[in-house]
Amino acid sequence: MNDMTAVTRNEQGTRTDAAARNESAQRSDTALIPPVDVIEDSTGITLRADLPGVPKDKLSLQVEADTLTIEGEVQLAVPEGMEASHAEVSLPRFRRAFTLSKELDTGKVSAEFKHGVLTLRIPKAEHAQPRRIQINAA
Amino acid sequence: MYRSLFPRDVFAELDRLQREMQEAFDLSPSIRGLGRGSFPALNVGGTPQSVEIFAFAPGLDPATMEVNLDRGVLTIAGERQASLPSGDDDPAAVHINERFSGRFRRVVSLSDDVDPNGVSADYRDGVLRISAKRRESAQPRRIAVQ
Repeated sequence: MNDMTAVTRNEQGTRTDAAARNESAQRSDTALIPPVDVIEDSTGITLRADLPGVPKDKLSLQVEADTLTIEGEVQLAVPEGMEASHAEVSLPRFRRAFTLSKELDTGKVSAEFKHGVLTLRIPKAEHAQPRRIQINAA
Repeated sequence: MYRSLFPRDVFAELDRLQREMQEAFDLSPSIRGLGRGSFPALNVGGTPQSVEIFAFAPGLDPATMEVNLDRGVLTIAGERQASLPSGDDDPAAVHINERFSGRFRRVVSLSDDVDPNGVSADYRDGVLRISAKRRESAQPRRIAVQ
């Protein structure tokens, strides 16, 4: 597996210490795992996550070492005295962590959040931009 | 021998186990299925005055969503555009693709005491909230003793 796919690897067991620590600290409050799309092109990675019901001020994005954590709290306008009869979204919290690879520039992450969809753009560092390698004929 | 030719798929087994569990716990499964895992996810609740339906449908244009109420059956339909790259000229790699895209339709039957004229819907933070008022005549009332 090459480095480019490291961001997709967190479920397959490649975890950093930071991620493992994070997880053990937060295990007590369980959360839903939001579905995501991760697309990579030559200049960076685009991540989209579905976080319905999360208002902008309850969304938190964190990059610690090489771990990106997305966390959001669901807030619904529930009328007083409502009794739930059927629930498919059973927890009021979303959380997911990704391990970033070293060629990504975590200082230049840009984020947009609209209608419950988070779009993150993580560019690659200058030195990791694509370069065509010249083949020298002997 | 058959088993060794076609080894059991762990995920299929888990899937079957989950369905069996659901069947065991859900005493009255609906004709429209359990609906879990389909888009949009629905939460339903009720108060003495209204029935509240929350559809978790992020990333949609409210104008393209269709909400219909016909003979006590509520239908939520629409389409979510794929956001993945499609052109050949764009050399992009899709590493994870979990988000739903395409057309969707979910159907919920409302209780009989819902007033068809008292249904409102609003879309906020990716959640469509449909609030259906119960009929006046179905409201609990205190009867004065003469």
